[in-house]
Amino acid sequence: MQAFTTLAAVVAPLDRPNVDTDAIIPKQFLKSIHRTGFGRYLFDSWRYADGGGEAEQDVSGRPLRPDFVLNLPRYRGAGVLLARDNFGCGSSREHAVWALQDYGFRCVIAPSFADIFYSNCGKNGLLAVRLPAAAVDRLFREVAATEGYRLQVSLADQRIALPSGETLGFEIDAALKHRLLNGLDDIGVTLTHAADIRAYEQRRAREAPWLFPDLS
Amino acid sequence: MSRTLYDKLWDAHVVRDNGDGTHLIYIDRHLIHEVTSPQAFEGLRAAGRDLWRRAADLAVPDHNVPTIDREHVRDPVSRLQLDTLKDNVRKWRVPYIDLFDERQGIVHVIGPEQGASLPGMTIVCGDSHTTTNGALGAWAFGIGTSEVEHVLGTQTLPLSRSKNMLVRIDGAAAPGVTAKDLALHVIGRIGTAGGTGHVIEFAGAAISALSMEGRMTLCNMSIEAGARSGLVAVDDKTIEYVRGRPLAPKGALWDRAVADWRELKSDAGAKFDRVVEFDAAGVRPNVTWGTSPEMTATIDGRVPDPEAEHDPVRREGMRNALRYMDLAPGTPIRDIRIDKVFIGSCTNSRIEDLRAAAAIVRGRKLAANIRQALVVPGSGLVKRQAESEGLDKVFTGAGFEWREPGCSMCLGMNEDRLDAGERCASTSNRNFEGRQGAGGRTHLVSPSMAAAAAIAGHFVDVSEL
Repeated sequence: MQAFTTLAAVVAPLDRPNVDTDAIIPKQFLKSIHRTGFGRYLFDSWRYADGGGEAEQDVSGRPLRPDFVLNLPRYRGAGVLLARDNFGCGSSREHAVWALQDYGFRCVIAPSFADIFYSNCGKNGLLAVRLPAAAVDRLFREVAATEGYRLQVSLADQRIALPSGETLGFEIDAALKHRLLNGLDDIGVTLTHAADIRAYEQRRAREAPWLFPDLS
Repeated sequence: MSRTLYDKLWDAHVVRDNGDGTHLIYIDRHLIHEVTSPQAFEGLRAAGRDLWRRAADLAVPDHNVPTIDREHVRDPVSRLQLDTLKDNVRKWRVPYIDLFDERQGIVHVIGPEQGASLPGMTIVCGDSHTTTNGALGAWAFGIGTSEVEHVLGTQTLPLSRSKNMLVRIDGAAAPGVTAKDLALHVIGRIGTAGGTGHVIEFAGAAISALSMEGRMTLCNMSIEAGARSGLVAVDDKTIEYVRGRPLAPKGALWDRAVADWRELKSDAGAKFDRVVEFDAAGVRPNVTWGTSPEMTATIDGRVPDPEAEHDPVRREGMRNALRYMDLAPGTPIRDIRIDKVFIGSCTNSRIEDLRAAAAIVRGRKLAANIRQALVVPGSGLVKRQAESEGLDKVFTGAGFEWREPGCSMCLGMNEDRLDAGERCASTSNRNFEGRQGAGGRTHLVSPSMAAAAAIAGHFVDVSEL
């Protein structure tokens, strides 16, 4: 997993609540058996004017919807996505996180995230930051008012610096922070506890042998 | 100390306290399908790791499968994904139900049907609707592909404990009001983020009265309320449902398991972080009008007016939804005419759902404005059962198409989908923009309401047909 330490990047605002993972990456693009190449289909049906593309399509000639936020020149190269409540709801597809990252986003800020999406972010080094609704409102206003609006995010300090120099703190689970900062491979960490897992299986197979027809 | 059902399931599966707010939780059953698993197998291969315990795994193709001609998957990208699953289960020796096996079906239908999902288990799948399995008194939840890889490689997940929510539904639902209506009512009430961070236990007289199929529908939709899992305590119906299933315990082991499962209920006095209570008698058949499952109305209702909404973010969300759905505020729900009907999905494709729909359709014909009406059984075994009861003839006689099992038009990864602008009465679970096909417009309803809409050509109260 790619580690996350600090980020200084342009902010793109997506002003809709309940953005679902079907909208982030529509189903026709989930047929890939790889983790890469999803960025060109990010928000496909909002971003392109042709009503939705097909998997493995060359996107270069597709007409864009000029009013969609990611198509506005001022948000080109954005690394922070500013979003509303319940971002990432619906399908568990991790492809949504892969698409956001492949497009270039390293951080998403919202008042709340859906559980599975939030967990998927943590497994891939995409920093999902929860801020109070009032703070998010303020960021939406400032982003709209200032072209080239940038934020500096420090995970170690759990702070976001605004262009004014003011900073906003955010909360994050200590275990997740540690994994993100160090880009840890979860599976490798868990396998250091292999003896505990085996001990659990042996005990549980005695208590509930019907769960372990292969071990009993 | 009094514990909730979720507390008991949590306690029984803790391998170790990681000391950082997470616990390592053992996973008893891992269901696998073709969409969210290829990158997980690839990750294991790249790291030189093996499966931890393949007997805990069960794989089946469902999302991409054609529901007509299964010999020829026309879309090469779909075919590659199906072939990749086949390659992976062969290479890694994962228990597998093939596309041409009669037991094949939607992963969340076949888990309970095969007895692969049992009470008291932890059950995961790279699919958010894994919550369906919670109807058995199991702790079941959807995971992402990185977690699929983690479970394949370690049979565990590092997890933080969720909060407990109780949804208590007492009273008796009126005829024509189904588990789907209860689910939509709950989501309309608490919102699609109402259950975030929580596991919901459904309890009360109306839940006890539900069949196992109905409980699966309700738990299936708990993810649409944002919940990590949905749960129903074990009772006689649960035990009778599981008895004799191919992978259920037998003989002396069965008796031991049943004694254990009888404890799978919340203790009297157990503390819930949040409680939502209502009476089922007040619930009417529901129809969604927007692009989020929380945008619900009753069959007697009207499309709401965004201008009456005070919250500016919600107001804009409603405007967007009505624009996408091409609906005017104030339109009576009954006046919404539909083009297509879809009866199927992991929410509503079990035998009881097909019986309920067939009871409405029997002796009637599709309305002239219906371009296509699909009935897609949840598994080959559901299909065979329905055919033995003559339900297929009831549907085809009315003008419905009777298909092979799969996810079908719930998400349009296969050939079944809505065209742009088409409006569908659907028994599936998500009315998101483009979910059933780019530009398609989805109204979520129960199987009997979908059947009634197919006959009338627009939404009607099923009790009036």
